[in-house]
Amino acid sequence: MTVLVALALLAAFSGGVFLLGRRRAVRLAGGAPASLHSLPGYHGAWVALWAGAPAALILFAFAVFGGRMEDAALRAQAPAAISQLSEQRQEVFWSDARAEARGETSSEVRWEGDLGAAMAAKVSEARQITAYGRIAALALAGVLALVGFLLAFPRLSKDFRARNRVEGWTGVLLIACSTVAVLTTLGIVLSLLWESLRFFQAVSPLEFLLGTSWDPQIAMRADQVASSGAFGAVPLFAGTFLIMLIGMAVAAPVGLFSAIYLSEYAGPAMRATVKPLLEVLAGVPTVVYGFFAALTVGPTFRAFFNWIGSFLVGGPMDALGQYLETVQNQMALTAGVVMGIMLIPFVSSLSDDIINAVPQSLRDGSYAMGATKSETVKRVILPAALPGVVGALMLAVSRAIGETMIVTMAAGLQAKMTANPLDTVTTVTVQIVTLLTGDQEFDSPKTLAAFGLGLTLFVVTLALNVFALAIVRKYREQYD
Amino acid sequence: MVMTMTLKPPVIRTAAPHSHHPATPQPTKISVRDINVFYGEKQALNSISVEIPGKAVTAFIGPSGCGKSTFLRCINRMNDTIAGCRVEGQIVMDGQDINDRSIDPVVLRAKVGMVFQKPNPFPKSIFENVAYGPRIHGIASNKQDLEGIVEASLKKAGLWAEVSDRLNQPGTSLSGGQQQRLVIARAIAVNPEVILMDEPCSALDPIATARVEELIDELRQQFCIVIVTHSMAQAARVSQRTVFFHMGELIESGSTEEIFTNPREPRTQDYITGRIG
Ligand SMILES: Nc1ncnc2c1ncn2[C@@H]1O[C@H](COP(=O)(O)OP(=O)(O)O)[C@@H](O)[C@H]1O
Ligand SMILES: [Mg+2]
Repeated sequence: MTVLVALALLAAFSGGVFLLGRRRAVRLAGGAPASLHSLPGYHGAWVALWAGAPAALILFAFAVFGGRMEDAALRAQAPAAISQLSEQRQEVFWSDARAEARGETSSEVRWEGDLGAAMAAKVSEARQITAYGRIAALALAGVLALVGFLLAFPRLSKDFRARNRVEGWTGVLLIACSTVAVLTTLGIVLSLLWESLRFFQAVSPLEFLLGTSWDPQIAMRADQVASSGAFGAVPLFAGTFLIMLIGMAVAAPVGLFSAIYLSEYAGPAMRATVKPLLEVLAGVPTVVYGFFAALTVGPTFRAFFNWIGSFLVGGPMDALGQYLETVQNQMALTAGVVMGIMLIPFVSSLSDDIINAVPQSLRDGSYAMGATKSETVKRVILPAALPGVVGALMLAVSRAIGETMIVTMAAGLQAKMTANPLDTVTTVTVQIVTLLTGDQEFDSPKTLAAFGLGLTLFVVTLALNVFALAIVRKYREQYD
Repeated sequence: MVMTMTLKPPVIRTAAPHSHHPATPQPTKISVRDINVFYGEKQALNSISVEIPGKAVTAFIGPSGCGKSTFLRCINRMNDTIAGCRVEGQIVMDGQDINDRSIDPVVLRAKVGMVFQKPNPFPKSIFENVAYGPRIHGIASNKQDLEGIVEASLKKAGLWAEVSDRLNQPGTSLSGGQQQRLVIARAIAVNPEVILMDEPCSALDPIATARVEELIDELRQQFCIVIVTHSMAQAARVSQRTVFFHMGELIESGSTEEIFTNPREPRTQDYITGRIG
């Protein structure tokens, strides 16, 4: 709150400084604007940046790290009274002290006697620290703003290269933004790696990558039967792969053919309506596809196979008939088909771009040779677009592997190694969801297994994406 | 095997070839009557009538935007592939109106080949580029036949010596001039009667240009060639007849010699001497 007010004040100050700087530049020009090296606006902007940016940086840093620093300062001296408490209790003590100081509700633990006194002392100490910290940050920001302005303003002159300086600031700002993006990604990857390392201390990587049994049950109590789980991830990858194959079997031909239709056959009016429609399809949330799969497609498929089965029972293919009658709603086929439908717009819109990038001169060349439209598509356009289309399909594969909602709702939970599309299978993403939903301890192998799975998934999709993008890029260069 | 390759230095001509061997008058191959072309509402060609002789080179000249390419595309009905383009009038080739409903443009284009401004080899091997037309039109009966056609076409296009040992490399790996000759080989592989060329040398350097011009001069023994060019010198060098367009109208047509030495129309005179363009 305080920080927000301070930022608003700072913005107002910078705005004022901007106007001052610009006015000064106009004065310096003395009615001949062309005599300035830079436009007056650049002078204003440069002074405003010096007045605003460093102070804003301090305020942001305070907003982000202030709490941690206060916490560290508070804990610098632990009262003797709490040294007897268990580690968890100590944590509760500290968080209560901070909550109390901020006027928030604390835990229900009653601190009495020595502890009560220690608590009271710490609460007032926390209040002090917070107050000092705030004052220090605000003062620092204020001083920086003022100093920035006072240093920058006198430097304005006719020949001052404000334009180039502002350009430099722009560069800094852009670098800062991209650094944030890169660092965040790096942080996520590192935390994934870190937690996975902890998992692989409990479960050997070999067992995880090559084991064929997945049953992540870990004892809640030490004396519980079957207290150790099995963490062989192969069935999960098999299930993921099966569903991905089914999905691509739907999405690749349909997506590609609709892209060919759109880019080569459809008239402008048709194109103008169908393209946006496909893009709407791409915007449907995957959870909607998920319940479409679970409530519509699954039961339909089941009814269909049961119906076929009812004809076969008693005939020469009795065994198959018996099996078909037992097929359930949740099967790889349902999840795969719906996932394929989800991927159609993705494949078709990427392929459409790629096919459109094939130069018109190749089409003209082919038509001028007396080729028909379909001959031109088959013999010239598709071969020319092939690398790009392969890249697009690989991007689709990596989406299929990472897709979660549809499989969670339609694929099932049983880890099985099967190539039968009518069987229920489970996928890596589904298992991550089930491992992490509900109350979980964050240090049992069961929970940590999610990180192991996540890391593997991350590595696979990253490799696919890098490869696919390299192909697509190489293809683009070919026609520049 | 020892291969001795003697590279003949390209001859850059300065004098028009037809001045050395005067063209015998050729019978008319294509007779154009009253052609109008519209792009949407806008009229691009206005009542064009002209006779184009067989086995000779006819050059279309005129300032850019005057409709030369549009007219060229009428002759193989490539304007059909442009949305919003409408062609009216008659183009009679060998006694048949090519705009007649009974004419299949796909068959017509096998008879009327086209070479474009920018070389556009397909992203296939050199061999496959030349074999493209014979394959889609089912011209070769077997593999040997096809190889024969490819070799003959590349030889006619004067490219065989340069590519015979690398027929499997992509056509796009050749130099610009070689690509343009490859595209010409591709066009003649289906044994057309007419070859249309739309500024075929404008993307080439002078040496490659000289080679293509030489090739055009050789090909006129066998084909009816129509070439669009913005270079007056080129028209003078390679063509026997010249047609001058200006703002969608045909201003003058006649033998190249006549047009360049003694134009009837003042506008032709102005264009040739560089006063309009
Ligand atoms: N595809 C097209 N759509 C609309 N107008 C066109 C198209 N192609 C050419 N035109 C117009 O027709 C006229 C003749 O063009 P073009 O035949 O390309 O001239 P040239 O080849 O002599 O430079 C120009 O005014 C041009 O703008
Ligand atoms: Mg043109």
